[in-house]
Amino acid sequence: MPANFMPSAAEYFRFAPEIILTIVGTLVMILEAMTGDRDKSSLGYVSLLGLAAAMAAAVAANNDPGLAFQSMIIVDGFATFFRVLVLGVGMLTILVSTNYLSEAKANSGDFYALILFSVVGQSLMACANELIMIFIGIEISSIASYILAGYLRDDRRNNESALKYFLMGSFATAFLLYGVAWIYGLTGSTNLGEIRTVLSHGTAPTAMVGISAALMLVGLAFKVSAAPFQVWAPDVYQGSSAPISAFMSAGPKAAAFAVMVRVFYTSFDSISNQWEPVFWIMSLATMVIGNFAALQQRNIKRMLAYSSIAHAGYVMVAVTSHSAVGTAAVMFYLASYCLMNIGAFAVVTWMARDGEKFVEVDDFSGLAQKQPFVTAILTVLILSLVGVPLTGGFFGKFLVFKAAIDSHLMWLAILGLLNSAVAAYYYLRVLVVMYFREPGASTVNLPPVAGTLRVAMLVTTLGTIALGIFPGLILGFATQSSTLGK
Amino acid sequence: MSGDTFFFYAFSALALLGGLGTVLLRNAVHCALALMTSLLGVAGLYLLQGAEFLFAVQIVLYIGGIMVLFLFVIMLVNLDQASKLQQFGRQTPIALVVALAAVAAIFSMLSKSAVLLPASVSLTPLTGGNTETVANVLFTDYLLPFELVSILLLVAVVGSVMMAGKRTE
Amino acid sequence: MEFIIITLVKTGLVAFILLTTLAYLQWVERKVIAHVQARVGPYRVGPHGLLQPLADVVKLMTKEDLIPDHVNKVFYVLAPFLAVFLALLSISVIPFGPAVEIFGIKTNLGLADINIGILLILAVSSLGVYGIALAGWASNNKYSLMGGLRSAAQMVSYELPMALAIAAPLILSNSLNLREIVDTQAGNWYGIPNWNIFTGGQIFGFFLFMIAAFAETNRIPFDLPEAENELVAGFHVEYSSMKFAGFFMAEYANMITVCSVATVLFLGGWHSPIPSQAGSGVFAALVHFAAAGMLFFHAMHAARPFDKITFPVFGVVISGIGAIFLAGAFVWPALGAAINGLFWYGAKTFILLFVFIWIRATLPRFRYDQLMRFAWLFMFPAALLNMLITAFFVALKG
Repeated sequence: MPANFMPSAAEYFRFAPEIILTIVGTLVMILEAMTGDRDKSSLGYVSLLGLAAAMAAAVAANNDPGLAFQSMIIVDGFATFFRVLVLGVGMLTILVSTNYLSEAKANSGDFYALILFSVVGQSLMACANELIMIFIGIEISSIASYILAGYLRDDRRNNESALKYFLMGSFATAFLLYGVAWIYGLTGSTNLGEIRTVLSHGTAPTAMVGISAALMLVGLAFKVSAAPFQVWAPDVYQGSSAPISAFMSAGPKAAAFAVMVRVFYTSFDSISNQWEPVFWIMSLATMVIGNFAALQQRNIKRMLAYSSIAHAGYVMVAVTSHSAVGTAAVMFYLASYCLMNIGAFAVVTWMARDGEKFVEVDDFSGLAQKQPFVTAILTVLILSLVGVPLTGGFFGKFLVFKAAIDSHLMWLAILGLLNSAVAAYYYLRVLVVMYFREPGASTVNLPPVAGTLRVAMLVTTLGTIALGIFPGLILGFATQSSTLGK
Repeated sequence: MSGDTFFFYAFSALALLGGLGTVLLRNAVHCALALMTSLLGVAGLYLLQGAEFLFAVQIVLYIGGIMVLFLFVIMLVNLDQASKLQQFGRQTPIALVVALAAVAAIFSMLSKSAVLLPASVSLTPLTGGNTETVANVLFTDYLLPFELVSILLLVAVVGSVMMAGKRTE
Repeated sequence: MEFIIITLVKTGLVAFILLTTLAYLQWVERKVIAHVQARVGPYRVGPHGLLQPLADVVKLMTKEDLIPDHVNKVFYVLAPFLAVFLALLSISVIPFGPAVEIFGIKTNLGLADINIGILLILAVSSLGVYGIALAGWASNNKYSLMGGLRSAAQMVSYELPMALAIAAPLILSNSLNLREIVDTQAGNWYGIPNWNIFTGGQIFGFFLFMIAAFAETNRIPFDLPEAENELVAGFHVEYSSMKFAGFFMAEYANMITVCSVATVLFLGGWHSPIPSQAGSGVFAALVHFAAAGMLFFHAMHAARPFDKITFPVFGVVISGIGAIFLAGAFVWPALGAAINGLFWYGAKTFILLFVFIWIRATLPRFRYDQLMRFAWLFMFPAALLNMLITAFFVALKG
């Protein structure tokens, strides 16, 4: 037995967020069993506290960056950024869903526990420095998401969504795992840094390394819903409950991008001439498919699903640029994307109401007259999704295309900009419907905006505006941590 | 042909044919048994390389545990009608072309850097007890993933309990 | 070359003894149950029905071998062979006795001595369910299917507590090799044999293992897969002739295997409970002479005229065996070590087999939901706890 077998206190400290989340998740399940038939909203607040504590731990861990547990995890600025991001997404999701669940009479500790565990998985993905850890992180996150997608079991759309997500997701993970197996066979290691060292010698056959990178890319591209592995997203987002769609379109996606950047920038750095063209094509295809398909949609959840595919495409552009600027752009874009997307889904959650009867774009007719507060919120978020200046979305796109141009991806930048123009059309249609149509049946009995939902809406909107006016808030940190710890 | 080579190809063929059978056979029970054959072939490959612990675990867990549950569910659910349905009818030709293309691509890339189907396979069995080696690696270097898998299993258990739990109606 | 010959000889011997034991175990079972129920049992074929197993074999072999039209032929035929094959396979890793030197040839008593012996037994026994499940499915009969399903659920459920119960002695012995596990149980501690069940504190684990073993072998009170009054005969309702006999043999072979495993893991294998200075060498001889004496006594007061001849004959045979043990103890120590080991191993295994039969004659069958609840809510946590306590115990000691 090696002498340094016992992990040191510093290592536990670096791993504290996940430990806290797991404990709180288990606690919530125990409390669920103990509280019986009482109202379960309080369990939501317990989970919120747990997430906040984990976030504090994640921030604190950044003061002492480094490896932990035999290089299984790495804490650097990049990891901290994404940890905080997914924890924030978890908090926002809980805020959005508490009221929704109470109305659906499905409020239970299991839901919050699953959110917490899913966040554990995503947090692991953010700080994993090992292919095995990445796999476990992805699986924890995904399995929890599959269940959450089908959480309302009596709802047929939920069932369909969960089954589709589960089948396709497991298939995609199998590809990832197959790629991991190849890489282990070729390099004799699953540690990202060691793989990088072995590959940089150039002794491993490039063709086979290429195949394994491609296999892993299939798995990761599925998780970020990049073309051609995006087909599941619209069906799943449409079928799941709106708060869960918000969660799935933000947390797992951000974490998967973190993994993608870390794996390809660290381990596969030396074969970048092989994967860069593939990323180029994929990012373009993702943007085009997302935006043009969104044009056709009448269902707002489906439209947001396609829009989230398109946004994945923009992030892929930044990944393709393969530079420090690109990494910073990925980080900034995902932060602003998570805020505005969860905000938009929060509004959809409020609008859809129990049983999700009102999820068409036309259901928003005349909302401006009936509920100016929510209209204002949605307006800001949609303008941000379009990429109008003074919003976080604008700076995200700006940084992405700047990174692309810096890396001489002129055509990709131009095509991406054209895509944003297309995107404006379907986003603005929602605004037109809200402001210039007469109120319809859907806006007659509008429910009040519940407190937690209001908080979520305000946080996301103010966050989006803040990122638009003071991008330096997180851009500085993002730029600092854009050189990954290797 | 040495014994190693013979058994290597025999077990590999078992694994591959079993895999093909799993996908191609129509009767669900036959599929499950084909999958079992495939797993058995893999177990044989483990044994061939002196990884006797993995061999036993593969049989106890996959063939004796998981596959039995598969079989249990398949037998419990009447799948006679499902086996007569045409599965993926229109997509079969496309899928076939894509699959063959992928296989061809992988093989052409492999043939560039490695010998396909070598005439003799020499395996260097692991030295020392496989069980001890596995235990040492698992509880030192890979302790964290080993523990984290329990969270994964916990989530899966919670999920299956939720999915199988009583309907609210 | 020598190795191959020795192995072949040993395999032949073990196969012969095992198959004979299988056949006679059935005779023993019928006799024991008969006596429990105050009957005499098989009596017509041979003295005291001793040739009954032979007659049964002839009967089963000459019966018409039916293959019904509605079955899935391949799996229907395959299933009984699979069951027998797997049942006989696990005996190959069981060590029966110590390493001995006879006629200048050194060999271990036992067929294969592999590092993961116990894991192999678990693996093979976990495969055993396929024979039954496939038979149930391939018969295409609702009773058979129910039997197959029950056995699949039951055997998977009870495999967990069984494996956990096995894990505790493994922790104590720090080995997966059955021979090494037996070797760690040699000697005694202030007169108490150093077996896992006593000084290892595995009395609880032993009972858990035995309970799980009853379920794994589909024996009463866990014989749900063949429950006659509910499922006619369960998974083998469509089988006849030698295929039926196959399942029968598999069941008895499995019984012998689990009893052997229990002997090896918990009861010190071939080690004698009596310290050698207290005369463990002559104990076997004394037992045989006592048995022979009892036979002679009964021959003098024979209830049936036939017994006047048969009892003395058996008495002579048994005292002959006793004489061999005596020779082993005083004249030929190498032989003594071998046959004493075999004696103790055989005695322990036979006592456990007797318990199997005894319980069959005593207990009624569980209901299905009780069976499953018992496995998951009692056996599993109890076995886990047992393992945990054992692990703590070992950690503290080490």
